[in-house]
Amino acid sequence: MNDDAFLRITDLSVGYGATRVLERLRLSIARGEFVALLGASGCGKTTLLRAIAGFVTPSAGAIAVAGRDVTRLPPDRRGMALVFQSYALWPHMSVAKNIGYGLKLKGLPRAAIERRVGEIEALLGLSGLGGRKPGALSGGQRQRVALGRALAVDPQILLLDEPLSNLDARIRLKVRHEIRALQQRLGITAVHVTHDREEAMAMADRVVVMEAGRIAQAGTPEEIYNRPASAFVAAFMGAENMLALNGTVRGEHIHIAAGPHYGAAEVPLDGRALASGALEARFRAEAVQLQAHDAPPATEGLALSGHVEAVSYLGGAWRHSVRIGQTPVFADAEHSLAPRTAVRLTIPAEKLFLFNTPSPSGAAAPADDTHPTATRATRPDRVREAAIS
Amino acid sequence: MTRPASSVFRRSGLTLDLWWIPRALILGLLAFVIFGPLTNLLLWTVAERWYFPHALPIDYGFSYWARVFAPRGNAMESLGNSLLVASLTVLVSLTLAIPAGYALARLQLPCRAVILIAFLIPQAFPNLPVYVNVARLFYQIGLNGTVPGVVLVHVTHGLVYAVWIATAAFAAIDRELEQAARSIGAGALRAFRDVTLPLAAPGLLASAIFVFLESLDEFTGSYFVGAPDVNMLPLLLYSAGAGGNYQIASISALLLLVPSIGFMLVVERFLKSDVLSKVGQ
Repeated sequence: MNDDAFLRITDLSVGYGATRVLERLRLSIARGEFVALLGASGCGKTTLLRAIAGFVTPSAGAIAVAGRDVTRLPPDRRGMALVFQSYALWPHMSVAKNIGYGLKLKGLPRAAIERRVGEIEALLGLSGLGGRKPGALSGGQRQRVALGRALAVDPQILLLDEPLSNLDARIRLKVRHEIRALQQRLGITAVHVTHDREEAMAMADRVVVMEAGRIAQAGTPEEIYNRPASAFVAAFMGAENMLALNGTVRGEHIHIAAGPHYGAAEVPLDGRALASGALEARFRAEAVQLQAHDAPPATEGLALSGHVEAVSYLGGAWRHSVRIGQTPVFADAEHSLAPRTAVRLTIPAEKLFLFNTPSPSGAAAPADDTHPTATRATRPDRVREAAIS
Repeated sequence: MTRPASSVFRRSGLTLDLWWIPRALILGLLAFVIFGPLTNLLLWTVAERWYFPHALPIDYGFSYWARVFAPRGNAMESLGNSLLVASLTVLVSLTLAIPAGYALARLQLPCRAVILIAFLIPQAFPNLPVYVNVARLFYQIGLNGTVPGVVLVHVTHGLVYAVWIATAAFAAIDRELEQAARSIGAGALRAFRDVTLPLAAPGLLASAIFVFLESLDEFTGSYFVGAPDVNMLPLLLYSAGAGGNYQIASISALLLLVPSIGFMLVVERFLKSDVLSKVGQ
């Protein structure tokens, strides 16, 4: 927790009735930072955003902006602007009226409002559309009007609630970069909610992965992608392949014992708090080197042997479904291998994510307070009911 | 409609003709049931003399119209009373229905369904005993025979339309539209005035029209509470009809019919399906 936090969320809990949606959540966001809240539906990311905006009343905890406690303030007095997933444009007002409404509220003279609305329209490529009603706009234009309406009031914090999810895929890629560029140009602090990991990584300075009302991991896109703090984060960030292994910690390395379908391997701990015992290994399909079983190994790492079951072309690479013993995994290769081919999969040590398998007693995870969320996230007893997203 | 129409192409034209006989009969009967009495009413308004066994009036003319609209004729007074009471009823009903409807649509009220049903209670009991008792009560507190007394009776009667439709109108507005205004700096009242109210206006207008029409047509309450000091158009219609003065009765009926039809057209235009689907929910 850095002390120059602009938006500081302390021990925030939110519950609807008996359901706890957020549980003692802490998050600090610096001025000018773009933070993406990433998670599956029901993880509480939208609830967190709405709590920041002031539409959800927390049962405990505090939200402060620039040192000022805003927890009990109504939404209109928080100096934030929320862009809704549905855009929530007012159908009875023209585009210019929609964008200028916040300025009218501030009591600006009409000429100043018109000038600012013109600037915003030019900034977002909406020039000439000011007289139209939202109903006469395309999805992408509506999205920009919603963004313009929020930007017009010059908010301290811009809140974005899945603003791209109603756009079609190609426009989404374009708007993603537009919003990011705009945010950097204007230097606005932004909190963006999304369930799309690529979108989160492309837009944000910092990605906050949420799981069941808690933060599973917060870090730069690179950290989240390459050093996931828990099996959940690894899986969410695309490391869907899972293997159960056994390992012993020896100094700075963990030694993985050879099994029926895999060879022994030495993996550097690299600062990870792993204990000897049952391990859950996770890796991405594209991290694997796939070869025929008799080819000479090209890289160091954990070697698995199995049979190809199915192949499909993804564009750029062939995705093979490979059965390792009883476990199916996916592996990508530039060339396809026929089904039933015996193959060897090599996973380089730096691309193999290892986690201690939670034991039934829930005591396997080391009690380490510096990474509280990482350990909590792996405990099955902490997994709570999916809440309203 | 498409099925018999498409069968025309496959089968002979005879099948079509046979199909149309019962249909034409039913449609004709329906038209007669709806428009027969109306035609009769229209004829009576311009009939100078009309008696049995003549199928149509013997003499036509507008002398009864002149009598109804004469400066000292009580029809104009009744029309004025009716319009005044109906307008005041709309005003009072909407003043109550807008906050009530908003609360019922937006807030997590306990027993919401019970509250909505409660507004139906004035309609649920037989009018006659209720209004006789209301009249007795109003007589004691000096409200009997006054315009406010009649307005009060009409408001209890019309509130169910006002509140139900207003609730539906507010419920049909996406809450995020209000939240969008709140999030960029509008206070709760300001957001209501600038966003919610304009968007609910068509539904509220429709509810106002329903209340207006209900008040215009209301008879029992007007009779027991208003008469003989406050005379309303339906009372005039009743006494004219009971006295065998069909011309006067028809002309006042026509006067009642004109706003009804006008408002029906407005309702049809403004009451959208998204509001209608939420009535009573």
